This record gives sequence, C-alpha cells and structure tokens, in this order.
Amino acid sequence: MVYLTRKAEFSASHFYHNPKLSPEENQRIFGKCNNPNGHGHNYTLEVTVAGEVDERSGFVMDLKQLKDIMHREVIDAFDHRHLNKEIPEFRDEIPTTENLAIAIWQRLEPNLNGARLYRVRVYETDDLFVDVYGEK
Amino acid sequence: MKAYLTRRYKFSASHRLHSSHFGEAENREIYGKCNNPHGHGHNYRVEVTVSGQPDPETGMICNLADLDDFVERRIMPRFAFSNLNELEAFRNIVPTTENLSRELFHLFAEEFRRASVEKIRIEETMMNSFEYAGGRELNPEH
Repeated sequence: MVYLTRKAEFSASHFYHNPKLSPEENQRIFGKCNNPNGHGHNYTLEVTVAGEVDERSGFVMDLKQLKDIMHREVIDAFDHRHLNKEIPEFRDEIPTTENLAIAIWQRLEPNLNGARLYRVRVYETDDLFVDVYGEK
Repeated sequence: MKAYLTRRYKFSASHRLHSSHFGEAENREIYGKCNNPHGHGHNYRVEVTVSGQPDPETGMICNLADLDDFVERRIMPRFAFSNLNELEAFRNIVPTTENLSRELFHLFAEEFRRASVEKIRIEETMMNSFEYAGGRELNPEH
C-alpha cells in the first residue's frame, strides 16, 4: 500500500454563529470568531489517497487527475468565497475546520474515479489542523 | 463523521540525558553531547491531537479556547523555561523526548476532560520528532 498526498490552497472567509443560541451565548462560545462581518484564512488542503502501485504506470493515481478533481470539487468552489454565505453545506452548519474537513471528504470521496480516499487534512493556520478518515 | 483536531504549541526547556543505570563513561558514550553535565536546551514544538464527533451546536470537537486555556494553566507553568531533570516526573526517568511525549500524553489524557486525547507529537528540533498515542499504534487503517 502506498499513500499519495496532494496539497492545494484556498482563501476564504467565515464566522461562527449558531442562530439557536442567544447573542451572549454565541459570544461566549465563539469569541472573536463570532464577528458577523467574518474573518479569513489561507487554508491548506492535503488530500491523501491510498492504493497499490499500478505495474504499468507506476502510479497509485494520476497526480494531474487528483489535482483536477480537487480543484473542480473543492478549490474552485471555496476559493475567495464566504463559507457561511456561499457554500451550501454551511447554510445550516457552522464552518469550523472540523466541518470543513468533513464537507471536503464528502465532496471528494464519490468523485475519485475509484481511488481510495485515505485522509483529508485541512490547515486553518500553521498551528491548527483537522484530519478526517471517513469514520462514522 | 469523526474528526481529529491538532493544535501546535511551543515551549523552551533544558535537560540533560543521564541514566543512573549506567556509569559515567557509559553515559557519555550513549548520550554524547546530551550528557553534558550543565545541560542544554530546546525549543520544543508540541502537537496535541484530540478526536470526536463535532458537536452539532458548535461544529467543534472541543472549544479551542478551552484547550488553549488548559495548556496555559496546566502545561506551560510546569514545563516552559524549566529544567526537565528537576521535575518530579523525571526524577527517576531520563527526560528524553520519548519520555516527555509519554508524560505530556498522560497529563492531557488524565486532566483535559473536554475531548478524547489521541496523540502527542513533539518536535525536539526541526530534524527530529516523537509521537505517542498512549501505547496504541499510529495511523490505523481506517
């Protein structure tokens, strides 16, 4: 088994707010991230696929194809967007890095042309990242 | 879906690697420069990984502010600018970064109650790092 990881970057804005909670509760839980005008990050996405090396090509998966899928399904949709206002997954869900990683897994997993998605890692900053492996 | 959140922290501390199980010459041979009796220091980078289902109300595994606050109150005062050899935890254990990662894992696992602690990873320098997951294997096949 060989694991192949491809990186991509996108920049987006977001804020954390749960309309079911009071303004005071929102402020207490989310602090600075509750600013309704939002704030932004340069996110780094790392997508890891796992597989056996194809004897003829020497590839686990064609990197160019993986790059194109990541861009089509994720980067083109998220880059320079406001996650709360423009991404359907975050109409009712809070766009934390946890939920962002889950949404990206769900966008990529059915679209990898048979390659097995192993891990999605999203860096919000150098000092904070989230991994998902598709576990329930 | 289960998610794993990793937060990085840093602190500086000094240590000397010297084991009471060996004689002076043997200690020098095994630990080399790290056996210098005056000790030496590192800027440690510590990664803490917690896991769980994001809370539907907050979208979070645990509030980062709680994790930061725990580190500020319970970890930094013990370790930042310390001489690791002086700490109770290393009275009879050599403060290698292997043992430091075990000590930090147990502190987080026993005292941080807001999320399940999966793993500690420590970079002692840019060229080496150590990971401890409570004795479990790393990177299970999911």
